[in-house]
Amino acid sequence: MKAIIYIVCTFLSIFFFWELAVRLANPPPYILPTPYSVLVAFKENSLLIYEHSIVTIVEVLIGLTIGIILGMITALTLEIFVTARLILRPLLIFSQSIPVFAVAPLLTLWLGYGILSKVVMAILIIYFPVTSAFHDGLSQTPKRYLDLAKTMRGTNRRNLLYLKIPHSIPSLCSGIKLASVYAPIGAVIGEWVGSSQGLGYLMILANGRVKTDLMFASLFTLGILSITLFGLISYLLQISLSKYLKA
Amino acid sequence: MMSSTSPSIELIGSVRSESEVLFGDLRLAVRANQWTCLLGASGIGKSTILRLIAGLPTHVKLDGSIKSNDHLPISNRVSYMAQNDLLIPWATVSANVSLGNKLRGEKFSPEKKLKIIEKVGLMDHKKKYPFQLSGGQRQRAALARTLMENTPIVLLDEPFGSLDSNTREEMIDLTFESLKGKTVLFVTHDPHEAARLCESIYILGRQKTTSNRSLKPPFPKTYSDKLVFDLQYSLLEKIKSNRS
Repeated sequence: MKAIIYIVCTFLSIFFFWELAVRLANPPPYILPTPYSVLVAFKENSLLIYEHSIVTIVEVLIGLTIGIILGMITALTLEIFVTARLILRPLLIFSQSIPVFAVAPLLTLWLGYGILSKVVMAILIIYFPVTSAFHDGLSQTPKRYLDLAKTMRGTNRRNLLYLKIPHSIPSLCSGIKLASVYAPIGAVIGEWVGSSQGLGYLMILANGRVKTDLMFASLFTLGILSITLFGLISYLLQISLSKYLKA
Repeated sequence: MMSSTSPSIELIGSVRSESEVLFGDLRLAVRANQWTCLLGASGIGKSTILRLIAGLPTHVKLDGSIKSNDHLPISNRVSYMAQNDLLIPWATVSANVSLGNKLRGEKFSPEKKLKIIEKVGLMDHKKKYPFQLSGGQRQRAALARTLMENTPIVLLDEPFGSLDSNTREEMIDLTFESLKGKTVLFVTHDPHEAARLCESIYILGRQKTTSNRSLKPPFPKTYSDKLVFDLQYSLLEKIKSNRS
């Protein structure tokens, strides 16, 4: 509760100084609109923003789901097969040295202007954090547990199921939370590069028409959506996996 | 599941790491149906010997052999209890007790499990998680898991080391009583525990490992037994001289 009051106060004071700065310096509205005019733009275009938000939300949710599943499968593969670790790991790390922005035009070229290229973009951007976090958790299972499992003559498969996976759940959760922050970035990059809908598209559109207030309104919508997604996912993870997280 | 007769174990050889000799000339006879104690200063490598017997990876090499009198493999009928209770933090007491069954994918009788939990006095705590338990309760849970495993050989690595004295007394009696009939190898740095519980006592040293006099059965001896105190002092002297 106290935290919420602090956050609200922080934002209110940011808006206050922003409004103050614009009134004092008086820049043209297409350079920096006042918070109030952004609010007005938000109200006037609320239906438009809503429609484009839905598209982005769908892209993010599909991308997030597939990306997390693929990341988890990869991490498990890396843990189970030594060969996979030798081949895949360097490949994965190399792939991270290519900026995702650079791939975006290619994806649009290959997969078109529709939702697919944005979903893939979101997947690409979250795949590695999820894989890496989950695999770190799996491979860092304390040796003392594995020794115990060995004296108990546990099979590899069951050790994975009952020791390594439960132990790695906190790291996996960090990976998923990180992914929930990254996924909207991926989707919006995809929309910037080429699309006819989504918040990223709306921002580019508003920017091109010098409707800076609408641009800001879209930007804030994206921010609020991302934070809500992060909060929601953190909450769901916390309540569904609490026994693995509190220990 | 396990054969009910406990074997005796004989470990002969030298134990060395890459850079040094840990134990030069080791001769341990761990007899069936009784407690054998490995006594030595902290850091001398007592746990390493347990790991060798349990077939766990170590940083050392054994030039020699570990044999049982029935010539059957040893490492697959061993259970292990350490100072760190090794309870799985995300599992309840009850789930921890049957962890071995779960890891082997074998069926077990829930009644048997409940009986064991009752025996160690954790009936009211069986649905709790390890972090909700006291140190003594955690060690009871670890004992329950060992009893559930019901292996003929039990390796104890300072299981009472982290307990306060009252809890320790209870735990010593409970452990000794419930591990009757098993081949127990007990590692400790505490001569008092060794004197009270063990029918054979070895004092570990870098150069030589010596078999020491122990008390006559029955065991366990009581806390205030005069003979325990006498033996305890002589053991302490020998540990000191062996360390150098």
